[in-house]
Amino acid sequence: MPTATNTIEALANREYKYGFVTEIEADVAPRGLNEDIIRLISAKKNEPQFMLEWRLKAYRYWAKLEKTEGAPKWANVHYPLIDYQDIIYYSAPKQKKGPESLDEVDPKLLETFAKLGISLAEQKRLTGVAVDAVFDSVSVATTFKEKLSELGIIFCSFSEAVQNHPGLVEQYLGSVVPYTDNFFAALNSAVFSDGSFCYIPKGVRCPMELSTYFRINTADTGQFERTLIIADEGSYVSYLEGCTAPMRDTNQLHAAVVELVALDDAQIKYSTVQNWYPGDEEGKGGIYNFVTKRGKCLGKNSKISWTQVETGSAITWKYPSCILQGDNSIGEFYSVALTNNYQQADTGTKMIHMGKNTKSTIISKGISAGHGQNTYRGLVKIMKGATGARNYSQCDSLLLGDKCGAHTFPYLEVNNNSSQVEHEASTSKIGEDQLFYCRQRGISAEDAVSMIVNGFCKQVFRELPMEFAVEAQKLLGVSLEGSIG
Amino acid sequence: MLEIKNLHAKVDNKEILRGIDLTVNAGEIHAVMGPNASGKSTLAHVLAGREAYEVTAGEVRYEGKDLLTMSPEDRAREGIFLAFQYPVEIPGVSTAYFLKAGLNAIRKHRGLEELDAMDFLTLVKEKMKLVEMDQSLLNRPINEGFSGGEKKRNEIFQMAVLDPKLTILDETDSGLDIDALRIVANGVNALRSNDRAMIVITHYQRLLNYIVPDYVHVLFDGRIVKSGGKALALELEEKGYDWIKAKAESAQRMFA
Repeated sequence: MPTATNTIEALANREYKYGFVTEIEADVAPRGLNEDIIRLISAKKNEPQFMLEWRLKAYRYWAKLEKTEGAPKWANVHYPLIDYQDIIYYSAPKQKKGPESLDEVDPKLLETFAKLGISLAEQKRLTGVAVDAVFDSVSVATTFKEKLSELGIIFCSFSEAVQNHPGLVEQYLGSVVPYTDNFFAALNSAVFSDGSFCYIPKGVRCPMELSTYFRINTADTGQFERTLIIADEGSYVSYLEGCTAPMRDTNQLHAAVVELVALDDAQIKYSTVQNWYPGDEEGKGGIYNFVTKRGKCLGKNSKISWTQVETGSAITWKYPSCILQGDNSIGEFYSVALTNNYQQADTGTKMIHMGKNTKSTIISKGISAGHGQNTYRGLVKIMKGATGARNYSQCDSLLLGDKCGAHTFPYLEVNNNSSQVEHEASTSKIGEDQLFYCRQRGISAEDAVSMIVNGFCKQVFRELPMEFAVEAQKLLGVSLEGSIG
Repeated sequence: MLEIKNLHAKVDNKEILRGIDLTVNAGEIHAVMGPNASGKSTLAHVLAGREAYEVTAGEVRYEGKDLLTMSPEDRAREGIFLAFQYPVEIPGVSTAYFLKAGLNAIRKHRGLEELDAMDFLTLVKEKMKLVEMDQSLLNRPINEGFSGGEKKRNEIFQMAVLDPKLTILDETDSGLDIDALRIVANGVNALRSNDRAMIVITHYQRLLNYIVPDYVHVLFDGRIVKSGGKALALELEEKGYDWIKAKAESAQRMFA
């Protein structure tokens, strides 16, 4: 049905509304990467010796990789070779000193975040969400810090954590994602400039959602932030991450690392709504989102849930994973990945079962429109000692139009006979009949597609915190707009 | 209300409708009967605006407006409702959500205020009684896992909520047992009114025992070959479609 296909396709092209640039003076390092740049970053941040040494080790490891094999090539994504010497590795909005309170933050920055719908001051007053905002490479403001500290919760920028809680940083940094993990993790370890740090003490249930908002502003900058969350015994935290970037016609690199550690009986719920600039309709520009996210269920009965809604980026390469080390620990991965125009996504998860009676659930929903290519790649590994381990995986793909693609690569490695592993997969198209049924009831074609897609994603959306679920639904609608006409 | 003149339509390059003329006034019920592949469902879908069906000639006016240039959603908003022969499943979208979106789009088009969740619920609870529909269906994904009877009842229920001016029932009786048929027909009859018209498309006379039409038309090979009162349906039942076929063929021979 050619007409129906055109109709569906036309929904793909609404403008990216976060594409503005903020004119702000930035403290920018020269282009390129070498040991001097690493030393410069470390010095700018006034870091202790252990940090500098760790960065240098990471850099040397990365440099060796770069010379030999280069970036990993197994992912089902295609892009021109990145010139790592042509990237700016450090860019910070110029401020006299680190802001002590919101009043000291450059009003232009606050304006930027307000445009993004995150007015820090408003948020502070109205919602119960604590926000850490990262602009280019530097954390500009963290709200609710005092209220949280009454409970012993540490929620601050990574730089502050290095200064104020070096012990925790030294103990856990790289404990889940070592710098030798992969090319981009090594690069991040060498040059990361900021990020969020969070520690929830024993037995504390964090009373509000913690949130980080990432924004890339300066042209040709890479954003390399690092997030470390530690949930001590019996604690609970729900963490949200949102991202946007201006529209630029060159590609920008985002290579973040997120490490989560859950001790005995602790729970971490990590939700992401990723809306980096995806590039234009012809595939020009956009963010390369090469991210390593991993959680370790270190303690018994611990639980880590990843929920992600990926609508942006030119290329997405990420696999939020769980190492289920503690007995009875649980890992969950709920994902919606949408690719439109020329976007490419290779995303999925790894569930590594080490402890006894560990359980994991994977629900992945891929949506492809336009020329988008969407790949699910997942590994379920049951180690020898993981007696009674269980996994359930479900991967569904939805195609809009006939120029896009969906691919599924599930990997299974089972080394213990008592385990139970299930995998289900489906691929479907938005049917012309579904669309017509909606329209016959008075619903416009655009709303119909958005409704059908949201229905397809429901299993994932219900895992998101309320405000985020609403945002995610809207975002899907916006990302598909124009693919109907 | 509806005036169809010399309507021709094709699907996949095959001509299905070959010159339909039909006038339907407010308050009337017209039954369109005919053997398989005579073009009944095509007529229903062309009127509702399905894009896969290409109109090649003719004209359709609905309340004085050119129906054929309107989008499917605009036709729905203007008051045309199609009860589907095969209602479509939409995973993850609840019946209530789906119907509320449709109702509010229609209300907006008519310059009415959109209903909030409470008012909507009051309305649907009342309308569900018409077709003895279980309330639990409201929160289930639309048509997913519904039985054949539930799907058809759900169509009539939606019709009751959306309050159309012109309803087209496309083989609503197919796949229904006698009890379900009675329930569905009761629902339809409750919605009969002087300002609502209905086109009832069916293969069998059986449905017309319950929904009594003012006019009966027999469709064969893309044309209406015979029209009459409700007695025509009974005659058809008795003599079978072969009778019509023979008559149509001999008429064709006369013209040849």
